[in-house]
Amino acid sequence: MGRTISVEVIYRGIFQKTLAKNICRGIVLAARKEGKIGIAFGRYGDSPERNGIPAKNFAIVAADEEELQLSMAQYEPAETDITISVDDMLCKGVESWAWYGLQPINEKVRENGVLVVTSTLPGEELIKFCHTKPTPYRLAVVPALPSFSGLWVYKEDHTEVRILGALPKICPELVSLEAMLKAIKEEWKDDLKVTSARRSYEQTSTRSVHAGEGNAEVPYKFDLPGWTTMREGVTIEAMKLGEPIKFGDQIGGYRPARNPYFKKYSTRTMRPVIDFDKCIKCTLCWLQCPDSCFDVTPDQTYDLNAEACCGCGVCEAVCPVDDCVTMVNEAAFTDNKSQWEAYKTDKPAYAKWVQEKISHRPERSHGFRYKGQYEEQAAKLGVATAAGAKAGGDPGASEEMGVGAGGEE
Amino acid sequence: MDAETATAVKVAAAEEEALISGSEAVAVATRLADVDVMTAYPIRPYDTLMQYVAKQIANGEQDAEYIVAESEHSQFEIAKHASAVGARAICGSSGVGWCYAFEAIAVTPALRIPLLAMVGNRALDDPGAFGTEHNDALAARDLGWMHVWVDTAQEALDTTLIAYRVAEDRRVFLPCAISTDGAFLTHSQTLVKIPPKTWVDEFLPKYERGDLRFHPDNPITIAPQVNEDWLMEIRRQTDQAMRNARGVIEEAYKDFKRIFGRGDGNPFFEEYHTEDAELVLVGMGTLSMPVKVAIRKLREQGQKVGFVRIRWFRPFDYERLGALLSRFAAVGVMDRDFSMGSPFNSGVVANEIRAAMYGQAKCPPVVSFITGLGGREVTIPGVREMVEHTRKAAETGQSPRDTLWIGVRA
Repeated sequence: MGRTISVEVIYRGIFQKTLAKNICRGIVLAARKEGKIGIAFGRYGDSPERNGIPAKNFAIVAADEEELQLSMAQYEPAETDITISVDDMLCKGVESWAWYGLQPINEKVRENGVLVVTSTLPGEELIKFCHTKPTPYRLAVVPALPSFSGLWVYKEDHTEVRILGALPKICPELVSLEAMLKAIKEEWKDDLKVTSARRSYEQTSTRSVHAGEGNAEVPYKFDLPGWTTMREGVTIEAMKLGEPIKFGDQIGGYRPARNPYFKKYSTRTMRPVIDFDKCIKCTLCWLQCPDSCFDVTPDQTYDLNAEACCGCGVCEAVCPVDDCVTMVNEAAFTDNKSQWEAYKTDKPAYAKWVQEKISHRPERSHGFRYKGQYEEQAAKLGVATAAGAKAGGDPGASEEMGVGAGGEE
Repeated sequence: MDAETATAVKVAAAEEEALISGSEAVAVATRLADVDVMTAYPIRPYDTLMQYVAKQIANGEQDAEYIVAESEHSQFEIAKHASAVGARAICGSSGVGWCYAFEAIAVTPALRIPLLAMVGNRALDDPGAFGTEHNDALAARDLGWMHVWVDTAQEALDTTLIAYRVAEDRRVFLPCAISTDGAFLTHSQTLVKIPPKTWVDEFLPKYERGDLRFHPDNPITIAPQVNEDWLMEIRRQTDQAMRNARGVIEEAYKDFKRIFGRGDGNPFFEEYHTEDAELVLVGMGTLSMPVKVAIRKLREQGQKVGFVRIRWFRPFDYERLGALLSRFAAVGVMDRDFSMGSPFNSGVVANEIRAAMYGQAKCPPVVSFITGLGGREVTIPGVREMVEHTRKAAETGQSPRDTLWIGVRA
């Protein structure tokens, strides 16, 4: 009999909870077709009901009940054979409610295990975001936009079966394609989903990621105190007052103190870019930001503190000036540095930087903003997939995305 | 083919399999038991039960009155009243939600209401701690509620059916709380066998309240003024019902095994590798999983360690547990709960075990542990540590005078 195989799905809270659950169910049901047993569960402390907060779901497949027992009352497996990220921006790191600090997306991936990412970016770009590992692993990209829906509505865009179809190819030891297709057919009773899964199986390949390849930054983490050293009464220090900002010979403005233990920025899929020359100092972005992530600069303009920003987009929505605050796809950034300091250092260079960045307006949103948005997205991606994977107009390209199979919420 | 094998074949052929969580398994049991009334008020992790019942009703698979109350207090009151008129009812809660219903919980047993509640065990609301801890259900341990702990989704389903059979037996007529560990059971999907309705119908008779049915055809007043003159007699009646439950539980499990083919012969506790064991650990709920894994590993190294998992906590099978545990060289009790300031500063289960063993001809040392609070994992190294402490007690023959906390950061 085979060994125990562990799969984790890292997803964006409420927007992808059902998606993650469906993927894990699919894995266990497929393995069952081959006589194995399994368990599908969530990382409970995650609080996945929160907006966009990174969370985890797991599927563990074992040969028998005794093997499975080890996984039946655990937070999460010690290591995974497959880690699936259903939003590529999670490659920058995962900070959840369930632990303290930033966990690399690939932290649990065992040596020569696989990281599967849904993305429209090439693997080379994604690896730049992922933290380095001391051991080699493999990367598979399933071409897709992150599929966002909700707890009570589900986006039938075939993301779940496209990932499930890729798994037998990536890890034949987990389950065969036949068993997977059979399980998909039984669970969803939809031939189109079976077709999507089979296509994904045919199109998926992995590339290896060498030891040490990727983002070399050491992710932040914290040691938790013991009961003899902790303050009593479930009491912690309140936030201190902030300080003026010092830059060059300028001193002024105000930078509020922020929680050093929970930075929140891994919740973000987009971030604001600020054109300081356009700012009329109206204060609205600073007032309305629900996370107090704006610093008041010595110029009385407002600078983004990118470690505190969740990427909600309220600042862009309330800014009365065109293109002064613009939300930009998080994929266009590799650090959390101050925009105002860059502006003060070299204004023409900063102006060029802003123009380049705001060309990457986000392809995604938390949910849908208008009717027909999903069809637009799917059509766009369908074209890209057809051009990339199959030269010439493939009539199946839109079918692969499941257009017409369910529609939007 | 002997009769037992024949039953097993029948079982395999007729049951369906589903990938569901422990709460969903309880929900499926309420469908199979044709529950009339579900009262609900959301709190994690119990809410997974109300969600799944709602889904079954919406899908046309279940026919029940579904009443969402404005609080747990009303939720338990409404279920109590529904049960009084003869409706099979289910409710449930978690953590401080269960505590908020406490007035209703306290008055239900004396009225002889065979209500079922699923307790998704949860810490008592230190902010954000939703993980399993048994103090919520145990807060109601002395009031006349029956209490049973399960460790798999399958056992959750089976026990729900059994609990209705026991609670609704006229000799008992007491409410029953089914404790399912938050997260590890309520939020984990495993493969569960779902029996056909015909088996359930054979096992579970109709709920008949008889002379206690609150109905115009049977004019009665429930809970009139009691004062000092009646109370002690009422308590003694409830006490008698709880005593009766022991035998009724035995009958129910025997009959369950006959029809469903499942069960290990002892309703009250599960024995794991106890036959030749020198040391045993005792505990309740899903900590059985790491404990069993650790015990298999220790046995590979020649260590004779066993495990006893308590299912029914009320009624407590003190006769058989006392006799069984006195056989070993030492007993380690793992509490996923606390009882601040209690004898030996231990948890609730450890002192129950000490009481059950008192007066046995041979009384080995008892070591008490508090572990896994607030849903913290009970780990394999943690279990090994507890076995080591238990071994030390066996070697010295002395019970430690204090309780050890396992897995707490110092």
